[in-house]
Amino acid sequence: MYKNKFVGALYISPFIIGFVVFTAFPFLASLILSLTDAHLQDQLSDAHFIGLDNYGAMFRDATFRKSLSVTFLYVFLTVPLKLAFALLMAVLLNFRLRAIGLFRTVYYLPSILGGSVAVAVVWRFVFAGDGLINQLLHHLHLGGVNWLGEPSTAMFSLVLLRLWEFGSAMVVFLAGLKAIPSDLYEAADLDGASRIRQFFSITLPLLTPVIFFNFIMQIVQAFQEFNGPYIITGGGPMKSSYLLPLMIYEEAFKYFQLGYASALSWVLFLIIAVFTALAFWSQSKWVFYATENPNGESRGE
Amino acid sequence: MTKISVRLNDVTKSFGGHEVIKGVSLDVEHGELVVFVGPSGCGKSTLLRLIAGLDTPTTGALHIAGKDVTYAHPSKRGVAMVFQSYALYPHMTVEDNIGFALKIKGLAKSEIKAKVARAADILQLTPLLKRLPKALSGGQRQRVAIGRAIVREPDVFLFDEPLSNLDASLRGQMRVEIARLHASLGATSIYVTHDQVEAMTLASKIVVLNGGRIEQVGAPLDLYRNPANLFVAGFIGSPRMNILPVTLEAADGASATVATPQGTFSLPRTGVTAAQGENLSLGLRPEHLHLAQDDEPALTGQVLLVERLGGETFAYVAPDGFENQQLIVRLDGDHAVAPQDRVRLSFDPRRAHLFGEDGAALGRTEA
Repeated sequence: MYKNKFVGALYISPFIIGFVVFTAFPFLASLILSLTDAHLQDQLSDAHFIGLDNYGAMFRDATFRKSLSVTFLYVFLTVPLKLAFALLMAVLLNFRLRAIGLFRTVYYLPSILGGSVAVAVVWRFVFAGDGLINQLLHHLHLGGVNWLGEPSTAMFSLVLLRLWEFGSAMVVFLAGLKAIPSDLYEAADLDGASRIRQFFSITLPLLTPVIFFNFIMQIVQAFQEFNGPYIITGGGPMKSSYLLPLMIYEEAFKYFQLGYASALSWVLFLIIAVFTALAFWSQSKWVFYATENPNGESRGE
Repeated sequence: MTKISVRLNDVTKSFGGHEVIKGVSLDVEHGELVVFVGPSGCGKSTLLRLIAGLDTPTTGALHIAGKDVTYAHPSKRGVAMVFQSYALYPHMTVEDNIGFALKIKGLAKSEIKAKVARAADILQLTPLLKRLPKALSGGQRQRVAIGRAIVREPDVFLFDEPLSNLDASLRGQMRVEIARLHASLGATSIYVTHDQVEAMTLASKIVVLNGGRIEQVGAPLDLYRNPANLFVAGFIGSPRMNILPVTLEAADGASATVATPQGTFSLPRTGVTAAQGENLSLGLRPEHLHLAQDDEPALTGQVLLVERLGGETFAYVAPDGFENQQLIVRLDGDHAVAPQDRVRLSFDPRRAHLFGEDGAALGRTEA
């Protein structure tokens, strides 16, 4: 018995060790660091406990306020747009067409490349002053746009990159669409409901658990977006795409303010936690679970 | 002249080159309850879906209430369907489920409410109107599905194996309810089932389907008494008809004599056209066999198994001289027959059935 327990612990140890070393310890360490004035170039032992000073400093920091507002703008733009776009693509790819499997694969491909550094680099070239898009506009005699040099269009290019990665949300939507029984649509056909009516009266309500799942995932991912602003815009111009993860990175590894960066991380963590909690709290109002009620049978007749 | 409600004219349906419905023509009269019955894969559900408009015939035409609806949208055919799975909208209350079609139609809220209330009253669903389908029992869900059909006041009700998801006792209860409902609404109904008991008890007309073709159409008792062929004979009646291989000894226009390993039996039968010596099938229903009196001509055999159901007893008998054949005999519930008993079984020759080599019924019994 004892030996069995030991073998079990051995099997699970890679995860436990990994979790402790790379997740739990940094998590707690960052909390402690956020209460200090730790500096990356100094010994950790030189750091002083400064209480909540880092958190207080944040609210006097105009850069933080700018970064926060840019982050919220980015999240509020990308999450609904990406969900809507992924759902639209899933609905289109749910039609029974010839070679639909090929279409599904092709549309999923961007997500495999997705938010990788390579794609972000390509994105920078596409949106550069003499990039692909401007060349195209020149051909059409429309004049170029300084995509990455203007605050509004710089954010636009980051939002577009996020939408481009719609594949994973789309695949989850597609699975959700396939799980809706076809006889509901047949019943709706007999009831005289048009395709659009069927979408809003049947598809959308029955898809709410999947929308909820995707919503949470997208909120969490959007708040953590780093590659785009780091590689494509560098947070600029005029901090117009300076998302919070980029600020955290720069505070820690450019300005070496380890304590302040840790405090920023914790604020970001709390923001994500609050949004996730709000989503869970709201789900009783809009998410419909069609699962059987275990007591349903006994309540009958 | 009776009014034709549904007319199928040489309808066929193929899926990817495989013909599932092979030329079906049928008239359903107004107010009839027609039951499509047949084994799995016989095409009965496909035929119903063609009538509903959920599938389109490959060839042929379909008329409902005098109009050609072969290619009409399901909602424009004047039909309502009750699905095997009920197909209730899981996120809508009972009230919204029943009223959905009326809402789509654009009826006033008060009118919808009144119609839903009336349907709920007929189906005893009034206390459940605010519940979601997941809070209902199977029988209640089935009634909601029927309610959804009723409010549309269709020309034709279509039922696709509506009771197959219910347990046996509830099935019996719902069967009675559907029969009562049909009697009170008087609307034309087409009902698909693989259960021949449902078919016999509900139908004013049964359509027996096999392999995408109609084997026979008729009133339940007609099919039971005069099956057109071996397939119908085997399908209608429970337990199924006993079939014994025999050969024709003689047929003289008024009677046919068949030879069996246990001697000859003479059946009063006109119009038997088979040739002498032809291999035939003798059909004997379990309820038409009885233990013979001493002087009666009889088939002898040994009891293999006895099933006692209380009100009746079924004895499985191996008849002497017939290889690998078995006769099921229905006896009184308290009959003292036991396995290994030797028995003599007699039958009323007027109620015996005779089928030719091709399976078609041979001759007619004089009434």
